[in-house]
Amino acid sequence: MNNFIMLFIYLIFAPVLGGLLAGLDRIISARMQGRVGPPLLQPFYDVFKLLGKDNLVVTRFQKFYIYCFLIFIIFTGALFFTGGDLLIVIFALTLAAIFFVLAGFAVNSPYSHVGAERELIQMMAYEPMVIMTAIGMYMVTKSFNISEIMAFKDPIILQLPGLFIGFIYILTIKLRKSPFDLSTSHHGHQELVKGITTDFSGRTLAMIEIAHWYENIFILGFVYLFFADNPPLGIAMVLLTYFLEILLDNSEARVKWQAALKSSWWVALIAGVVNIVVLAFFKQMF
Amino acid sequence: MSLILFLILFPVIPALFLLFTKHGIIRDLIVKFSVVVLSVGSIYLLFSNFNLIPDFYNVTVEIMNKAILVLELAMVVFFIYVGFRYKKYWVPVLTILQAAVLIYFEFIYKHPITENITEHRLFFVDYFSIIMALIIGIIGGLICIYALGYMKEYHHHHKEMKDKSGNFFFILFIFLSAMFGIVFSNHLVWMYFFWEVTTLCSFLLIGYSGTEEAKNNAFRALILNLLGGLGFVGGIGYLYFTTGTIELDKMLGMAKAVALIPAIFLGFAGMTKSAQLPFSSWLTGAMVAPTPVSALLHSSTMVKAGVFILIKLSPVFNGTMAGFFVSLVGGVTFLLAAFIAVSQNNAKKVLAYSTISNLGLIVLCAGIGTAAATWAAILLLVFHAIAKALLFLCVGSVEHQIGSRDIEDMDGLVRRMPKMTILLLIGIAGMFLAPFGMLISKWAALKALVDVHPILAVIVAFGSATTLFFWTKWMGKLTTLVHKPENQEKKVSLDEWVPLYLLGIMTIGVCLFFPMLSTSLIDPYISAVYQQIITMSDGNILIMLVMMGLLFLLPIGLTIYLASKKGKNELGYAKPYMSGVNADEPFKYHGSMGKLVDFQTENYYMVSFFGEAKMMKIGVIVSILLIAILFGAGII
Repeated sequence: MNNFIMLFIYLIFAPVLGGLLAGLDRIISARMQGRVGPPLLQPFYDVFKLLGKDNLVVTRFQKFYIYCFLIFIIFTGALFFTGGDLLIVIFALTLAAIFFVLAGFAVNSPYSHVGAERELIQMMAYEPMVIMTAIGMYMVTKSFNISEIMAFKDPIILQLPGLFIGFIYILTIKLRKSPFDLSTSHHGHQELVKGITTDFSGRTLAMIEIAHWYENIFILGFVYLFFADNPPLGIAMVLLTYFLEILLDNSEARVKWQAALKSSWWVALIAGVVNIVVLAFFKQMF
Repeated sequence: MSLILFLILFPVIPALFLLFTKHGIIRDLIVKFSVVVLSVGSIYLLFSNFNLIPDFYNVTVEIMNKAILVLELAMVVFFIYVGFRYKKYWVPVLTILQAAVLIYFEFIYKHPITENITEHRLFFVDYFSIIMALIIGIIGGLICIYALGYMKEYHHHHKEMKDKSGNFFFILFIFLSAMFGIVFSNHLVWMYFFWEVTTLCSFLLIGYSGTEEAKNNAFRALILNLLGGLGFVGGIGYLYFTTGTIELDKMLGMAKAVALIPAIFLGFAGMTKSAQLPFSSWLTGAMVAPTPVSALLHSSTMVKAGVFILIKLSPVFNGTMAGFFVSLVGGVTFLLAAFIAVSQNNAKKVLAYSTISNLGLIVLCAGIGTAAATWAAILLLVFHAIAKALLFLCVGSVEHQIGSRDIEDMDGLVRRMPKMTILLLIGIAGMFLAPFGMLISKWAALKALVDVHPILAVIVAFGSATTLFFWTKWMGKLTTLVHKPENQEKKVSLDEWVPLYLLGIMTIGVCLFFPMLSTSLIDPYISAVYQQIITMSDGNILIMLVMMGLLFLLPIGLTIYLASKKGKNELGYAKPYMSGVNADEPFKYHGSMGKLVDFQTENYYMVSFFGEAKMMKIGVIVSILLIAILFGAGII
């Protein structure tokens, strides 16, 4: 029963929260750049406006894929917030993300193609770290089950500091923030134009936005897992992390895909693998 | 009992007939009839043995033993002959070494194959060999049917080549016979015989086209597999001289300290046959052969024989240092082969490297050898066999129609060959996407590994991230938009379509019925070997099924979506953004100087990161070191 309530709350409030977070993001970014910034609800205005626009597509398939993307993103988050298996959540996320990539590929224009390829590279860059995080959680809590990880009494973060650092690193990719906003950009007037979303407009683009809201909330939920024993600290850390991501977004220029891939794998190898090895060593010793 | 012998011996009969047939109705009938018999036979084996297994059988037919001896020696003579004839001197060297041990065994030592045969348990059936029999009978059989249509077209395309397709089908069926032999043999000398027959068959099939490249690759396959055969003989010899045993079941029942060294030798043979690094080059070379051969070698036979023996040996490896190094060889292979696959644009090569990579994962699990790991390994084996057969056969048909096996030439295939593309997409999804088979097994593998060696789970994490990249970009190519395509799949023959559809349905079917597959076949085997039951929690299976259901809605949703007039009219169509003025012709735009500029999109291959030469060099060095340590760890 509890799960049904969670599911309901997630379905209704995740996009609201995600949209608010996006609005907050824009205000804070603006302040960092010395501007006033848009109102808090601006992302909602944008999406509503997009929903009312003419539905222009290059191919009908792109719209279809985006619907799939949205459905599976919601499904992934639902699994996560109802306490499902962490590995299945990761695999479901991959499935969803692949629909997004296929939508980009379907258009076959230069910018969306490059964007789709880069989106894939980003997936390859963050995936090991995400799976390793799940492995680490399992090593600490002896379960892949999110509800059991949530119920774990000791602070997980103390045993997984390396994995946390690694996860924060790839979080930048996942939140599509600079320096890793390789596949798409906030501003159209750049060499990438809008990357994978270049040829999307109207309702389809609105779907992408809403999917990203759902996605962001779920990813921040992942951050929260590290602090699940202490909810106030957890929420504070989630907000702090998000603030740091905004700061990073505003202070870093986009890097090349080579750098993104190499660095995230190196971080995964150093911070993640070392953490896992040390943990395995101690688990065996004691 | 008679059923086992039937499965092993029956394929020889159609094989002999097929030797004298040409393309046409007689050959078609013989092949189809035999395939039906073999499939029904293996399914019947499943049902007739549901509660009796594991079971052992003897043959007292003296003539069969003699026949095997004669055939074995004939193979030795043949190998020595071709080795000298084509100046590949490693072949006679390796053959003579094996033959020396064999002859010593047969004539001087009087090993039990000719003496006291009744005391020995020659054949056995357990759930695992039934799984293997189903794979060989059904998937191998479907590939043979596909070959009917394919070979007609193959010789139509290659007029310069002499049509030896009679021999081709002869070898295919002998191959199936030998595979049945391997999975049912308990007596190691017999298993070795069948093992060598598969080596011989693959040698002949790879060299089928007779070109210089085909010959070289055939010899490479022969040499590497003979090396493995030497390991096999070494294992048998060591086992017999130290313990006096020559049966697999007795060996598996022994104390680990005794069984480990022969297991390492046999495992070495398994690693060569399953194309692990550093031996992988024979399998990538094998793609010069006609597509059905690649499909057969990669999915249901040959490489599966290699992992079959490794999975059989996994209880011996469990918890040993040697087993850990077997896992590391598998892990390195899994990772590096996936890397190399990223850099390939040749569809068959991508498939080949993905096979090697997945076999690596199976070997990784087998080396760990816990109940959960073995369970995952068998799952991987089953799912991989089906999806990979489907993919190879699809690529073969695509290649015949579009005249290329380059992935870059497959853009927009979804509009040129819609049905074929859907099958390809099912196959690709089956290889890496949730909730399809390979992903279910990868998930099982991850869970099995974290408990034992988390660091091996990390290898899986990196490997599967890479896997995702090369499959998805291929999917992207297939589904991308192209202008005014013409339908190119009309000429694909029915003999190709039927196996393709059946394999497509099976790829989905095994995922749907995966819980049943697990409880009725894999779990009993695991619990017989480990006295332990491994299953996935019902909740997770349910979630997987829900995902499957969602995915099933897709084609329905797509059909409704594409058919709805309303949706079509509501949509406006725009040209893609090109940062310039779009020309009236598609895929062109007006450049800044007013000229018409062409554009085309290509995938990333990241050669500087994942180039084949670089990765192979690393892989060969690391894996040779690991295998050296493996033998060292066993002996010390």
